[in-house]
Amino acid sequence: MSVITKPGEAVAPVDTITVTIDGIEVQVPKGTLAIRAAEMIGIAIPRFCDHPLLDPVGACRQCLVEVPDMGNGRGMPKPQASCTLECAPGMKISTQVTSPAAAKAQEGMLEFLLVNHPLDCPICDKGGECPLQNQALSNGRGESRYEGVKRTFPKPVPISAEILLDRERCILCARCTRFSEQISGDPFIALVERGALQQVGKYADDPYNSYFSGNVIQICPVGALTSVSYRFQSRPFDLISTDSTCEHCAGGCSLRVDHRHFQVKRRLAGVNPEVNEEWNCDKGRFAFVSGRGEDRITRPLVRRDGVLKVASWPEAIDAAVAGLQAAGNSVGVLTGGRLTVENAYGYAKFARAVLGTNHIDFRSRPLSAEETGFLTSQIAGRTLGEGVTYGDLETAKQVVLVCFEPEEETGAVFLRLRKAVRKKGLKVTTIAPYASNGSAKLNATLVATAPGDEAAALAGIELDGDTVVLVGERAATAPGVLTAVVTATAKAGARYAWVPRRAGDRGAIEAGCLPTLLPGGRTVADSAARVDVAAAWGVDSLPAEPGLDAAAILEAAADGELAALVVAGLEPKDFANAVATREALEAAGFVISLENRLSEVTERADVVFPVALIEEHAGTFLNWEHRAGVVNTVIKQANNPMTDLRVLAALADALGKPLGVRTVAQAAAELAELGAWEGARPASADAAKAKPAKVKAGSYRLATWREMLDGGRGMDYEEALAATAKPAVARVSPTVATAAGLAEGDLVTVTTAAGSFSLPLEVAADMVDGTVWVPTNAPGMSLGEYGVLAGDAVQLDRGGVA
Amino acid sequence: MSGHEFQSFFPESGEVDMTDTSTNIDETTMAELRELAGRYPQPRSALLPMLHLVQSVDGRVSPAGIEACAQVLGITTAQVSGVATFYTMYRRRPAGRHHIGVCTTALCAVMGGDALLDCVEAKLGIHPDETTADGAFSLERIECNAACDFAPVMMVNWEFMDNMTPDKAEQLLDDLSAGKDVKASRGATLTSWREAERVLAGFPDGRADEGPSAGEASLLGKGIADAEGWTAPNPEVTKL
Amino acid sequence: MTDLLTPVLSANWGDEKSWDIAAYTASGGYAAIDKAFAMTPDEVTNLVKDAGLRGRGGAGFPTGMKWSFVPKDNPNPKYLVVNGDESEPGTCKDIPLLMASPHTLVEGMIIASYAIGCHTAFVYIRGEVLHVIRRMRHAVEQAYAAGHLGKNIHGSGYDLDIIVHAGAGAYICGEETALLDSLEGRRGQPRLRPPFPAVAGLYASPTVINNVESIASVPCIVANGAAWFSSMGTEKSKGMTIYSLSGHVARPGQFEAPLGITLRELLDLSGGIRAGHELKFWTPGGSSTPILTGEHLDVPLDYEGMASVGSMLGTKALQIFDETVSVVRTTLRWVEFYKHESCGKCTPCREGSWWLVQLLKKFEDGVAEEGDVDKLLDVCDNIGGKSFCALADGAVACVTSAVRHFRPEFEAGYHTPAYELFPYGRSALFEVAEGSHA
Repeated sequence: MSVITKPGEAVAPVDTITVTIDGIEVQVPKGTLAIRAAEMIGIAIPRFCDHPLLDPVGACRQCLVEVPDMGNGRGMPKPQASCTLECAPGMKISTQVTSPAAAKAQEGMLEFLLVNHPLDCPICDKGGECPLQNQALSNGRGESRYEGVKRTFPKPVPISAEILLDRERCILCARCTRFSEQISGDPFIALVERGALQQVGKYADDPYNSYFSGNVIQICPVGALTSVSYRFQSRPFDLISTDSTCEHCAGGCSLRVDHRHFQVKRRLAGVNPEVNEEWNCDKGRFAFVSGRGEDRITRPLVRRDGVLKVASWPEAIDAAVAGLQAAGNSVGVLTGGRLTVENAYGYAKFARAVLGTNHIDFRSRPLSAEETGFLTSQIAGRTLGEGVTYGDLETAKQVVLVCFEPEEETGAVFLRLRKAVRKKGLKVTTIAPYASNGSAKLNATLVATAPGDEAAALAGIELDGDTVVLVGERAATAPGVLTAVVTATAKAGARYAWVPRRAGDRGAIEAGCLPTLLPGGRTVADSAARVDVAAAWGVDSLPAEPGLDAAAILEAAADGELAALVVAGLEPKDFANAVATREALEAAGFVISLENRLSEVTERADVVFPVALIEEHAGTFLNWEHRAGVVNTVIKQANNPMTDLRVLAALADALGKPLGVRTVAQAAAELAELGAWEGARPASADAAKAKPAKVKAGSYRLATWREMLDGGRGMDYEEALAATAKPAVARVSPTVATAAGLAEGDLVTVTTAAGSFSLPLEVAADMVDGTVWVPTNAPGMSLGEYGVLAGDAVQLDRGGVA
Repeated sequence: MSGHEFQSFFPESGEVDMTDTSTNIDETTMAELRELAGRYPQPRSALLPMLHLVQSVDGRVSPAGIEACAQVLGITTAQVSGVATFYTMYRRRPAGRHHIGVCTTALCAVMGGDALLDCVEAKLGIHPDETTADGAFSLERIECNAACDFAPVMMVNWEFMDNMTPDKAEQLLDDLSAGKDVKASRGATLTSWREAERVLAGFPDGRADEGPSAGEASLLGKGIADAEGWTAPNPEVTKL
Repeated sequence: MTDLLTPVLSANWGDEKSWDIAAYTASGGYAAIDKAFAMTPDEVTNLVKDAGLRGRGGAGFPTGMKWSFVPKDNPNPKYLVVNGDESEPGTCKDIPLLMASPHTLVEGMIIASYAIGCHTAFVYIRGEVLHVIRRMRHAVEQAYAAGHLGKNIHGSGYDLDIIVHAGAGAYICGEETALLDSLEGRRGQPRLRPPFPAVAGLYASPTVINNVESIASVPCIVANGAAWFSSMGTEKSKGMTIYSLSGHVARPGQFEAPLGITLRELLDLSGGIRAGHELKFWTPGGSSTPILTGEHLDVPLDYEGMASVGSMLGTKALQIFDETVSVVRTTLRWVEFYKHESCGKCTPCREGSWWLVQLLKKFEDGVAEEGDVDKLLDVCDNIGGKSFCALADGAVACVTSAVRHFRPEFEAGYHTPAYELFPYGRSALFEVAEGSHA
């Protein structure tokens, strides 16, 4: 039981009552279920349907106990399910430990559960970690007296492309159906039929496509639900488990990563009550094989005669050093969003102390000067608790979403919001072009807003001290929004949080991967801060001029103003203009790429260094709350690829300016030693003026965001997962559809200044007029290729691209 | 033997028949489905009546019917399917014009229900949960239908056929086959299963005034009381 | 001093067009509404409490007390739901009542709704009784037309709508919380209690669920007074009620009598067991109430009397079986019913009924093994009292009571099929070829 409080706030006194379980007195908070009270004194009552995060159902009846005294001197005539029995003051409970009747009831229940359960444990994925198997052993009667025939069904049945159902193994605890309905709000599976025929079912061709579907496999207390990717891959007792933190978004979900034979076999949601509770999204669970393709880089590559060739490490380092020496401090460093804090710190220090430049930026996406100012003045240097936390989302009365779709962009935030909506009556308001599926599941009030008008929309919403505003990274390109969030929340006494998308983003800011920022929230512009860092690093001075941001770095590289680029993991199509980004990479005099897979960057690089996959190194991610999530090395092989940090240290050594840190532990220690800046914080930046997009008659404003499962490379090779993604569509309002003579399902062409693409049309009843929504990065269709941003004008025509 | 055969393998359970996607649902049906949803404080309450209406239109719970209900109520098809497969009155395959139920719960069974079912099966040439090739009859082994004082009981299109015997059952089936007017023991002139389903959905057919007020057995106690001059106490007396 | 039979609810069943509002009004119908409206809602509730009316659906919970549990300060609408899902094997009293006199229920619903502050009331009737649903809908329409329903009923300022709802085939929907889920358009599976329906029932709002006969008994209480009602019956089981006699009796049928009449008295009235046969066993209130035998003919058929012999009054569905009937066959068929009707939610009911059917079949076929009777009883013990709702308790009650009274017949199942001991055709009311298993 965790009680989440704000720092400095006293823990609210909890009303407790005293109950006696098996003769042992225990004080529990009012409302505690008997099964939990027993846990508190170390008595494990067997159970299947019970799950602390799901509403009690009392279906499996495994956890029966006797209640000789309800607290009023009277006993309960029948055994009670302890998972639904609320403790009452003075209640006496006898579990299987002291009550022969409870023990017999439990034995009987296990015997019933096994009546129709197949004896296929030796080939069942769950065998070895199966609550039914375990509890049959600990609380069962050993031998079944059942001599009848077992219920059989055809099997397995795919309930989605990634999950298979074996109905014979199912014990109908309804954990999966309750999860789908209560937690994620996707009841595409339901109990069907009745009596002995009752089973979990989906309908026809409507699969269980939920972003959170994998959780049902994890909470299934038998082997009824298995994943296509893990099925028959391993036995649980042959796996080695490592705790880690998910690399796919800024949510910071804890993970349990299971590997065997130096290969990750599966990933499970880790238990972290303060962050992801016990859930994670399917991307975090299933998308971990992208580094296993033939495009994996394991040896350095050096361009010789225009062709990238495998090279030895000394060769590659020599080549890199030659290029960097030639460039001097005319180098730009683009770090992307996948880095741990320690790796990011390596780049930040490498840029300043080794290369002598502030041209460093982690943002491989559309950005703005307003955002740079916002991140510099409002985000950098803040610590956990100073800002909003997951727990705060549960205690807030209102959450306002600005340029943020939690279900698509940070799944764990969505689940926590949904929990607060269901359990605590949280009111969610979303400033968005239409109410997405995720918004509908949050029962959100839509303030229908065209891209570019968000700041004005925010002004119209009443905020108060119990309000939290969550603003997404897309606000970067919505002029004035970030500033409006800061001022409006300050005025109302409300709080806000900036929720970036990538796992490394928040840490990159703290590490100093911005042209304006040194580590720990120190600004480049602050001479005292520069002196502080220079002293810590043992260098004479640090460059004083704020550097170029990512967009400017690319422009400068294209124009020949920067001589070299050092690039970590990023994709050109993620930038505002993919074509220009590729051109810049090609135009740049010298490009060093640190990557784990061949990419559009490595294709254009002069030297490529292989770096470790997430499972091959340790480190830390800072999530959107600024909470540290530990990444542990899962695969421990002597020949694991090096970290980005280690490669940078090698380059620094070769350049004659040692980085001073080469291991993750050293980097972490140095960053901790440096600490957060205690000097003055910069004043907030000026707002960019909102200039409503001028959209000519016949044009529409573009609205867009990234969907969770999209064309991102991190999901590569996990085809079952990809098959559960939403199909890409273009969405318009009924008015727009009617005016354009378009109907649901029509193929339409969206035309930008840089070309056209076609998508099927979907009509959204609540879509703001004059707007067309498309996904940012559907497989094969990235807006970056067209250089268009949310708010830009596009044309919409019937029919496909000719 | 008419006892329930114990079945343990369920190859086709879990959903309605997805191989037959035919439907008669049109805009009129959709409007009626919406009307049903509008009759309740919360629309989902109308799901059972809506599925009855789907049966009256499609002769079974059709895939299109499930999808229509989900659409009207804004719930998932899986949720509708969960409901459609829970209740025994919802049929997976087309019912016959007349749907015959023979009660074989304990009391009716021992009083002749089992033999009646044998007789009906032989007469129609089908087993329970089947429909005759000509679509005239479907057969169901039903559970207690709350007419035990008229046992053994059969139901035709959910109208009572009381105190049945094999002879009466054969006559009944012959008459229905011949298209003759057949009156329920306590109910209206038999129409068809689909028309019955429409009434159950909530669209009356104006036949409430047909049939008797009660069957003979229902009136037995009242008759004896009348004959004996027995009544409830006089309220004027109990007031004192 | 009270007459042996006391037709009140059934008094008009034989009237010409008894189901029509004209006939009902002519016999004094709908007069009780005005009497109720002249009282405060609490006074109506207290009157029903004072009368001692107990639920007629089987559990016998005091009706007025149930009404008084509805919280006054709850801002949600209040609902009355009448349980007309009559499906318990042997039970056949509400269906004839609704068929013959639906207006009695409508009138009772108006008074009950007024008492609990409800403005939308529901009648949930099992779907398999088409004509009853026709009559009930028709009665509601007539009541609206006559101003007994709708806005400002009888100028009282009180509004009420009644919705007649047809079920779709599920015995479990007779369980009140399963009925609520069903009425909300869901699978009819019982809900967790607490919260109790009186606090969070239909649409999570305060809800009273009463049996058809319970609500139909309200108008006569309002019309004639609590003392009148409680002058009938026994000390703790007040009033008149409908007893349904079925099975191997000379004349099966409905008998409305004060609570506490005995089966012997009822058999005497109806001509006894069918000619040439004798009583073997019977149920007092449907198949879920433990069976009794000839020993129990003189036990009062009230809540206390039946409890005193280890059974329950239940729905007063007296199913009579004579000596031609195999108790093994009957028990198996009942358990098959429970297996068929188990909702599937909880383990002991779902899996236990599946197992019991197979076990009992071995007895029927004469292939049970030595010791199987004890196994049968132990499996029953692992089900009874362990399930989510009372359905499974009913399923094992018929087995355990049958073994209690007829153990040797079960033990005969170790070697001899039931259909050899009790040729099945002999229990039929018509000629069945000898040797048939039907």
